[in-house]
Amino acid sequence: MKKIYSVLVENRSGVLCKVAGLFSRRCFNIDSLAVGETDDKDVSCMTIVSTGNQRTLEQIEKQLNKKLDIIKVRTFKEEQAISRELMLLKVKYNRTNRKDIMEICDILKADIVDMSKTHLMIQICDEPQKITLLLDMLRTVSIVEVARTGVLALTRCGESE
Amino acid sequence: MNGADILVKCLEEEKVEVVFGYPGVAIAPFYNSILDSSIQTVLVRTEQNAAHAASGMFRVSGKVGVCAVTSGPGATNLITGIATAFADSIPMVCITGQVSSDLLGSDVFQEADITGAVESFVKYSYLVRDVDDIPRIMKEAFYIANSGRRGPVLVDVPIDIQNATVKSFKYPESVKLRTYKPTVKGNMVQIKKVAAELLKAEKPLIVAGGGVLIGRARKELLKFAQKFHIPVVTTMMGKGSMPSDDELFFGMIGNNGHPYANRAMRECDLLLMVGARVADRSVNQPDITVTNKVLVHIDVDPAEIGKNVGPHIPLVGDCRSIFNDLMEAEACGDHKEWIKTLKGWKKEGTTKKKSSAKFIDPVKFIEELTEKMPHKAIYVADVGQNQIWSCRYAKIKGGDFLTSGGMGTMGYSIPAAMGAKYAHMDREVIAVCGDGSFQMSQMELATMRQHGLKSKVIVLKNDYLGMVRQYQHFTYEDRYSVVDLSGSPDLEKLAAAYDMPFFRVQDPKKMSEQIDAFLSSDEACLMEVVIDPMDLV
Repeated sequence: MKKIYSVLVENRSGVLCKVAGLFSRRCFNIDSLAVGETDDKDVSCMTIVSTGNQRTLEQIEKQLNKKLDIIKVRTFKEEQAISRELMLLKVKYNRTNRKDIMEICDILKADIVDMSKTHLMIQICDEPQKITLLLDMLRTVSIVEVARTGVLALTRCGESE
Repeated sequence: MNGADILVKCLEEEKVEVVFGYPGVAIAPFYNSILDSSIQTVLVRTEQNAAHAASGMFRVSGKVGVCAVTSGPGATNLITGIATAFADSIPMVCITGQVSSDLLGSDVFQEADITGAVESFVKYSYLVRDVDDIPRIMKEAFYIANSGRRGPVLVDVPIDIQNATVKSFKYPESVKLRTYKPTVKGNMVQIKKVAAELLKAEKPLIVAGGGVLIGRARKELLKFAQKFHIPVVTTMMGKGSMPSDDELFFGMIGNNGHPYANRAMRECDLLLMVGARVADRSVNQPDITVTNKVLVHIDVDPAEIGKNVGPHIPLVGDCRSIFNDLMEAEACGDHKEWIKTLKGWKKEGTTKKKSSAKFIDPVKFIEELTEKMPHKAIYVADVGQNQIWSCRYAKIKGGDFLTSGGMGTMGYSIPAAMGAKYAHMDREVIAVCGDGSFQMSQMELATMRQHGLKSKVIVLKNDYLGMVRQYQHFTYEDRYSVVDLSGSPDLEKLAAAYDMPFFRVQDPKKMSEQIDAFLSSDEACLMEVVIDPMDLV
């Protein structure tokens, strides 16, 4: 089972380390983790995606709530939220596959943001599944480097809290 | 006035009477300031024992223990003590000196990232960056340590902060923590559900864990059990929560407990688990506690509920408050048949061993010792075979029983007994250890002498690390590896070196009179009990 944790934390040094440490110490999975400041500069938001059985997912929430630097823990399933991830991808191209690459980018709404005589850089910002799909589609060309932000998510506007 | 003076003033505000610790340069300003205070200081002989002493003090008095050590090795030596306290939810405030703020992170002499190192063993930790934060931090530290699920809090204070000048001192009256609001009172809906189950139950049972003692709910447990006629078993950490001679008490559960207690847990139809973690040593198959019965799990820490076993009725809150609320419920049947059955099992389960003329039987020794101990005596068990014998056979009537259950830290008993003695100079305090665990803390005999702490020490001597030897006996068919303790000191000479009265018990015929002599001594004394090296628990 997959669950998204949106965790508001005190924006202090060491908090990320404490949260990450909690996951590793208790053998909880981190599929992805993204951190950034919120509109309040004293508060950061961590978006953590984890998989596990129900007991584990419940423990994650309870253990997070025990941490004194954590202000609020919200959890939701994928379908209850809008989630986005950003990926930058550098590929090597040649004359024969350049068109194909551009076509794939076009279909999946990815942008080419930089280019040299041999390399292309592609940017995509979409649902995590789309990002993975683009990655799969481009496996046939030679991928040089990949950077992903990890998932950011907020509950849908219609989901009352 | 400087930061160190403020630290001491904060301790005075918290009514701290004693600090256990070990000085060094990085904590020197603090130890300089404390000279001007009425707070007493106890110099332990290694830092770990400062934490154990603070732990022992809390467990018998309810006062949060304080230890103060220097940076680097001082702080890292404290870690085992902190982890021991954390595993048993014992509150304490640990102050560590730290290198100067401007040198932090540059690996200078005696620098250790102690807040980073203890992260998984503390409830919270602070690295003080501004001297003006000290009063708030100290107020929070004591509050966090001693509320909710209790635990150790560490405050790391760089030396420049201790030396920084402050104009005035004002101790905050309350704490403002937006992220921390522990639940004390149990949810009334859940309490009503429990009350309804109490009415239905025919074979109810209470499992009292360490939380009952830490939550200081002994009286409430007894009243509750008596009103509803519910038998009580305990975990190792819960030992002492119910008088051993009470009619409703049926021993200790777990793989080292009494078979009849475990059987009671298997066969009851309503199980009230109070302040217990349901950890592997007490319940090796957590799932059996939910089949064919209703499980009510009462704990102050919501994360404990459902961690190892999924209860039917979870109930979060302070157990004292919950017992008081449950007292309002309608009294149920008298469960006479069930209690009679349990008594039958208990009788069947008490077997007598063959006695030897050459050695002392630790079971008989502990039974007789605890039978003869003064009513309010404090028994501190160490770790090893001695701990299992102590937990099974020590009779705790009106006193206290302390041991390191969660972490199983060898060497706990002597320093914890010192802390307990400090809290109650008028009560008999006895540390019972094996010859392995004794040698992990024997240096504290000096501390006891120096500070006039008349706690007594008993060593069950078998020249082996008995618990591991026993494990190797069963698991590796007597291939003994690194368990031989030959080379140990002559305890009589050792006692003489510390100028302590010494008793050696080897002849079973003389055991009784020697126990009498030991108990009637009003000095700190050492007793060696020679037991069979091949004895098994």
